[in-house]
Amino acid sequence: MSNSDLIPRLRSGDRRALARAISLIETGGPTARALLAEAYPCAGTAHLIGITGPPGAGKSTLVTSLTQEWRRNGATVGVIAVDPSSPFTRGAVLGDRIRMQALSGDPGVFIRSMASRGRLGGLARATADAATLLDAAGFDLVLIETVGAGQSEVEIARTAHTTIVVEVPGLGDDVQSIKAGMLEIADIFVVNKADREGAEQVVGQLRTMLHLGRREPGAWEPPVVSAVATLGRGSSEIVAAAGAHRSHLRNAADRAASAQAHAERELSAALQELVLERLRGPLWSAMVDQLATRVRDPYSAAGMLIASLKGREPEKIT
Amino acid sequence: MEHPNPTIRVLVAKPGLDGHDRGAKIIARALRDAGMEVIYTGLQQTPQMIVEAALQEDVDVIGLSILSGAHMTLLPKVMHLLREQQLHNILVVAGGIISDEDALLLTAEHGVSAIFGPGSSTHDIVHYIRSHAGKPRE
Repeated sequence: MSNSDLIPRLRSGDRRALARAISLIETGGPTARALLAEAYPCAGTAHLIGITGPPGAGKSTLVTSLTQEWRRNGATVGVIAVDPSSPFTRGAVLGDRIRMQALSGDPGVFIRSMASRGRLGGLARATADAATLLDAAGFDLVLIETVGAGQSEVEIARTAHTTIVVEVPGLGDDVQSIKAGMLEIADIFVVNKADREGAEQVVGQLRTMLHLGRREPGAWEPPVVSAVATLGRGSSEIVAAAGAHRSHLRNAADRAASAQAHAERELSAALQELVLERLRGPLWSAMVDQLATRVRDPYSAAGMLIASLKGREPEKIT
Repeated sequence: MEHPNPTIRVLVAKPGLDGHDRGAKIIARALRDAGMEVIYTGLQQTPQMIVEAALQEDVDVIGLSILSGAHMTLLPKVMHLLREQQLHNILVVAGGIISDEDALLLTAEHGVSAIFGPGSSTHDIVHYIRSHAGKPRE
């Protein structure tokens, strides 16, 4: 398979081309950037939805029941499921597909497992770019399931339009719900396993917490939805809430500002990656040695490296 | 085809109806510890589900564990579907209770690359995959 026509092929529905393009994006480097440059202008129509929450909360099962609901409504769905890589061997066991068997055989669904490859924050470096490929391939929705997340894996909120935070009963007392972090990024709360004891208290605590916060007039108010993902209960409410959130985003007064903020974060991430990649070389190694022996401090070493960038030709990516 | 990804990706699946996946999980863990990315899809996979997952995940290797005795039906079916989807470059290895005669047929006539029977060491399996994955087999 040649790499040069992958984007036109994935846009015409070639799933093998889509799968290969995601692998190349994961590997990174000039090939990945050329693919992204070609796909980026074709993307921008899909609704990107993040699903996050602690390990075992039922995220994969919820992805399945939500996907089934969207498919019943006639929408196509791309799924990216991220699981952690070992910090020691860099290997990974990606098990999210186990809970997604019911989606097998549906040509309107494409599922890709992704290892975090050392990135903290709940996503892999290539997750957002892979979402751009699924978007360019024409999927109406792109669901991004994060690694099982604790309290501060909030990167998903910067990537997705709508962030769903999944909670379950029995994880802690009500102080958890006033802490900063995860709970602040939710556009929709789902209390999964709602047939278990304590679910109503969790719903109550979340609602109380939401009412305590100050909210600008016209701001989105995150709904709290009870669900039993294994039975599909709550899916239609969540799908409706996601649709309502998207309409809200489209009509929001600060829409242009939030698009600007999103673009700024994308640019910042790309800049970091490119600069780091270009600076790794003999001078980089020398600076690392000098830091390790405390001959030099980190900021002056970084200054030396940035000074060495001047006068270099920009990389061609097309 | 150029091998795009220095990280070896392996699909580990159990085709058919047997419900025992301890061996498959041990293999998944061993491959993980060898630095590979293992997509584990669980029990009771049809050949169609396995090939669809392999395509979407763009894996280099499929490892099939099969203890039910139905290997002469299920494995050729997987190989046939892979060819149909033009996934010629995926290395297919299998493990389980498979007689020497069947193993010979599966490798010589159906394109399975290797069979690892009971008593195979995970070390041998890792070594085999490392030295054969991602190379053209046409």
